[in-house]
Amino acid sequence: MKCPKFAHQILATALLAGISVTASAQMMITGAGATFPYPIYSKWFDEYAKVDPSVRFNYQSIGSGGGQKQIMAQTVDFGASDGPMSDENLGKAPGKILHIPTVAGAVVLTYNLPGNPSLRLDGDTIAGIFLGQIKKWNDPKLAALNPGVTLPDKDIVVVHRSDGSGTTYIFTDYLSKVSGEWKQKAGTNTSVNWPTGIGGKGNEGVSGQVKQTPGAIGYVELIYAIQNKMPFAEVKNSAGEFVKPTIDSVTAAIATANIPDDFRFSMTNAPGKDSYPIAGATWLLVYEQQKDAAKGKKLVEFLKWAAKDGEKMAKDLDYAPLPETVQERVLKRIDEIKM
Amino acid sequence: MEVATAPAIPRGQPLSAAAAMKQPSRLGDKAFEWLTLAMALTVVLLIILIGWQLWNGSQLAVKKFGFHFLTTSTWDPVAEEFGALPFIYGTLVSSLIALLIAVPLGIATAAYLTELAPLWIRQPLISLIEMLAAIPSVILGLWGIFVMIPWLRDYPFPWLQRFFGWTPFFSGSIYGPCMLAGGIIIAVMILPIITSVSREILRSVPDLQREAAYGLGATRWEATRIAVLSYAKKGLFGAVILGLGRALGETMAVTMVIGNTPQIALSLFQPGYTLASVLANEFTEATTEMYLQSLFAIGLVLFGITILVNLLAQLLLRTIAVKSGTRAVQ
Repeated sequence: MKCPKFAHQILATALLAGISVTASAQMMITGAGATFPYPIYSKWFDEYAKVDPSVRFNYQSIGSGGGQKQIMAQTVDFGASDGPMSDENLGKAPGKILHIPTVAGAVVLTYNLPGNPSLRLDGDTIAGIFLGQIKKWNDPKLAALNPGVTLPDKDIVVVHRSDGSGTTYIFTDYLSKVSGEWKQKAGTNTSVNWPTGIGGKGNEGVSGQVKQTPGAIGYVELIYAIQNKMPFAEVKNSAGEFVKPTIDSVTAAIATANIPDDFRFSMTNAPGKDSYPIAGATWLLVYEQQKDAAKGKKLVEFLKWAAKDGEKMAKDLDYAPLPETVQERVLKRIDEIKM
Repeated sequence: MEVATAPAIPRGQPLSAAAAMKQPSRLGDKAFEWLTLAMALTVVLLIILIGWQLWNGSQLAVKKFGFHFLTTSTWDPVAEEFGALPFIYGTLVSSLIALLIAVPLGIATAAYLTELAPLWIRQPLISLIEMLAAIPSVILGLWGIFVMIPWLRDYPFPWLQRFFGWTPFFSGSIYGPCMLAGGIIIAVMILPIITSVSREILRSVPDLQREAAYGLGATRWEATRIAVLSYAKKGLFGAVILGLGRALGETMAVTMVIGNTPQIALSLFQPGYTLASVLANEFTEATTEMYLQSLFAIGLVLFGITILVNLLAQLLLRTIAVKSGTRAVQ
């Protein structure tokens, strides 16, 4: 029969093809975690493919909690998180995990009032509103901060995130810093026991409910508010200045924030008159001791590229880049990764 | 539809002597029997595995909170105090609201489609209803936020409050996202399954039933009520249970409109929370062990409630069967 011979040929070609594919196979580096930086990370992976075509990245934006779990279980090459890991979790990991800050973002207060006037808020009133103590828009405290703005005699409807999120972490971290009562009653976490309000799922859930409910106030990521043309409030910072949330005022906040050597920093309520107070960074999580030398080398190269060239792309995507002083410290830390 | 009229052979009994004489190979039959048994057991095994996994994954929470997990209402991830009561309440109440809306609507639609509707309208209507089942949950949720809730808040809710505001169920301020909105969105989601299953059941009612009723001089309504609906009672109840099963587990769309506040409020205008919603909301970002295990415990509770509700339904079904049986005898 002739068929088997033909089949052999096919098989041989297939094998050859298989070999040539494996020969040029790219190294696959996998990561998982935070959803907030996902747009810029995928941009980086895209651009980096032009710099070094021999590596490919596979990033799953499964949430910060998932990112921490996966890096601890060593099922990914790097994790990503919107909040620094706790001492408890770091202790459980099989090796030392480094925090590499990448970009930062702000959390803004958005609202739904007749005519949507520009509002000014301070820590005291924000905490009061989210504790359910300031119940009306024409509350004297709000009126005092906003002279010249007619505030309606309307109930304030508080909207918060119902899903665990880094956005909530940043927001509650800020409230815990400016209000002792908040710290004691609710505290800081990716989700908390909210004293009042209704929960919306995701940025779109919160913004949807704020847009649909007259008298509502909620918090969303700055990027989201900008892209959806939502009104947001200026917030009084610790230097006593009212600051509009912008990319520059977030970068200013990182510059003045107190950043320890392990980079597990909180930049809410940062000092400095240009700093927007409700902001937070996002981190990549990598082991200091890489198990796979070849992969580790490629990962370090990428991290260095991200810290230098990647940062330049941040602004276009509405993320705040790290200030140069911090970038230098980050680069030094990346050099400490061992193969 | 005509039912095949082959002579009935009692199941599981040996065939007649003539058939036995031929001695056909029973190997195929045996293999088929074992195969189907294995399939059936896989389902059981899967359920046991899920239960075991949930139980195993929630041991820390079970040990720390014990039975109090079911009876306390605090859900505080910061202080790590967890109680499931508001979620259990929310799941049951929202499902109940959904059933109250979807069952009469679904069965009435099915009755119209099988008994009354002119033929040319049936197929388009059936297709439309089946299309409703194909809408992804998240799309329904977004529709809920942007279309349904604003409308409910501006028209039906104030109207309900005006006439029934004196009851605790429709009192208080109206925000929009609330238990009632959650129940309504679940009703929309379970309507297709209740309608489709009910329609199949009503279709399988023998025409003899209807003819007998008409023969006795019954009107259309009487024939439908006595000869069809009453006859199909057991099957219709099954349709409702299928709907309830889906209602208990509905997640995405409910999460988007129910308000996600763990509280127990009598007023249906207040936001609520369901077991499935809290899982969808908090599972991805739970970083501490106790938090994660408490979420597993929530899963376990949902699993338990689903099984319990199904068992109760079976029991109820049996009671109905017995009752209608005795009536037939009288």
